Amino acid sequence: MTTFAAARLVAAREIRVKLRDKTFIFSTVFFLFIAVASTVLPAVLDGGPTKVAVADSTAAAALQRAGLEVRTAPDDAAAERLVRDGDVEAAVVAGPKVLAMEEAPSDVVGALSAAPPVQLLDPDAVDPFFAFMVPFALAFLFFITSFTFGMQIAQSVTEEKQTRIVEILVASVPVRALLAGKVAALTLLAFGQIALIALVAFVGMRIGDLDPRVAGLIGPTIGWFLPFFTLGFIMLATLWAGVGALAARQEDIAGASTPLQMAVMLPFFAVLFLTDNEPVMRILSYVPLSSPIAMPVRLFNGDAAGWEPIVALALLAVAAVVFLGVGARVYEGSLLRTNGRTSFATAWRSRPTAG
Amino acid sequence: MLTVDAVSRSFGDRQVLKDVSFAVAPGRMTGFVGANGAGKTTTMRIMLGVLAADSGQVTWRDEPLTREMRQRFGYMPEERGLYPKMTIADQIVYLGRLHGMSAADAQRNTTALLDRLDLGPRAGEQVEKLSLGNQQRVQIAAALVHDPEVLVLDEPFSGLDPLAVDVVVGVLRERAAAGAPVLFSSHQLDVVERLCDDLVIIADGSIRAAGPREELRAGYSLPRFAIEAEGAAAWLRDQPGVTVVEENGRRAVFDLADGADDQALLRAALTRGPVRSFGPVAPSLAEIFREVTQ
Repeated sequence: MTTFAAARLVAAREIRVKLRDKTFIFSTVFFLFIAVASTVLPAVLDGGPTKVAVADSTAAAALQRAGLEVRTAPDDAAAERLVRDGDVEAAVVAGPKVLAMEEAPSDVVGALSAAPPVQLLDPDAVDPFFAFMVPFALAFLFFITSFTFGMQIAQSVTEEKQTRIVEILVASVPVRALLAGKVAALTLLAFGQIALIALVAFVGMRIGDLDPRVAGLIGPTIGWFLPFFTLGFIMLATLWAGVGALAARQEDIAGASTPLQMAVMLPFFAVLFLTDNEPVMRILSYVPLSSPIAMPVRLFNGDAAGWEPIVALALLAVAAVVFLGVGARVYEGSLLRTNGRTSFATAWRSRPTAG
Repeated sequence: MLTVDAVSRSFGDRQVLKDVSFAVAPGRMTGFVGANGAGKTTTMRIMLGVLAADSGQVTWRDEPLTREMRQRFGYMPEERGLYPKMTIADQIVYLGRLHGMSAADAQRNTTALLDRLDLGPRAGEQVEKLSLGNQQRVQIAAALVHDPEVLVLDEPFSGLDPLAVDVVVGVLRERAAAGAPVLFSSHQLDVVERLCDDLVIIADGSIRAAGPREELRAGYSLPRFAIEAEGAAAWLRDQPGVTVVEENGRRAVFDLADGADDQALLRAALTRGPVRSFGPVAPSLAEIFREVTQ
């Protein structure tokens, strides 16, 4: 049997086990819920155009033209009553004067006043709310996915070590097939989960009637995010497997994986807190550990030139190959050392198995 | 023939295998005995490619082992292990497929093996729900599912109840009868004595004796005799060239010095009264073991 065929069997088992795993199912459902909630709910809660009561028919025509929901009242007193009862948000009475409960209804005021001409100097700039939310969501998604799936890779490696089944496995298939199968399976699952979330979020945006300008920016951003995500995930996945092999028991994983946890966490917080710092973000968007988070953010904000993500992706690919080598060597060097935690140095020096 | 040829291996400064050579013949059960730490497990791991040898090689049918050949080996490691959350049947099928079987073949063999090991009705249960003895049987199934050409089993009987030992022995004998070389290690010398055709004895990382069990017995047989006669023990003690090693009422076991004549001794005994039995004693495996490992 070829290494590839063996890796495929390993991956198939891994996926079958994970799809039956309650934690995995729960986390997927949870993320989908968040995706639906954050895209559909704002529109639902928004409740449509402002309702306004008015007695004067000239004012009513102007308000209708502005797209507000107009209710005609018999007189000004009746209009005011409608506001007090909460049936409408505002009323326009003689004067003209605008009545409202506690907040000035800017859309009603705007409809009645002659606005000075406005010229937008940066018409493509993104709504500040989205400018924060979208990058944050992507950064969080990468962080949480590579963290939780990484942990699962480590746990699944340690499980095989702890239960000692690893010796039977290693006697049947090449160590590299075991590693490749595991990493491929978890990458596929992580990618599948992300793609599902992206799809749901996309449909949600359609239902939620999102500003087409924002939607137009999110599309390409997600398009770039996916290759960054996949490469960034694979880069770390093998290291997670190596960490899992260093640990002899599930209890050791936390300790063995601390440096790796930092490598995932620090870029996330750096991007989160330094989003507005252009020079720092430029550097972060090239450094392989942070580029999967920082580059899509810069792209979304329109700060990156067209060639920049390609260079960052190339750097990321190189780093992924190097990290794969390191992770594989640590994995092979420590997989069969079942007595206690193996140090990184020991694993690195250890001789691989025959054949 | 499965041959281990001049294999050495060190862990750090400690050399655990020194120039180890022996052969396992097809169709025979070969017992591999040695004290804890003598090097049995390391040897078996090297045979399966789980560990690399520093020098020397392992050959099967006169060719150095490759991964493709090892795929057709059945291995039971000393450290038992199975996926605790997987069902028995899924697990065995999976391991069969890792050895290159088709899904259908793996399924068929799994069903047959589990029935043979009295685990048929429990095939759908998770391994962690089984008793230790039953987990051990699953482990045997894991080593046998792919109809291996060669069996290498590290302590296959430890942790088995006597009934299960009989079942497993039956299965292994079948495989041997079908022409597979079967190598199994054990520190339970009585079990090995009962089962093996051939014997390999290892101590401190080197092979001390190897060959067919009966030949070894004959070769290491001391000039030791047992006699059953009234008052034999007391009388024997005074005979020249006789060392009594054990006495029990009318029965005595004694060693004869080189050159002493056993027949003369028997005649002398007969003049003193009736002799119920008299004859040489073949040494037990434990005795051979003690002698060659000292």
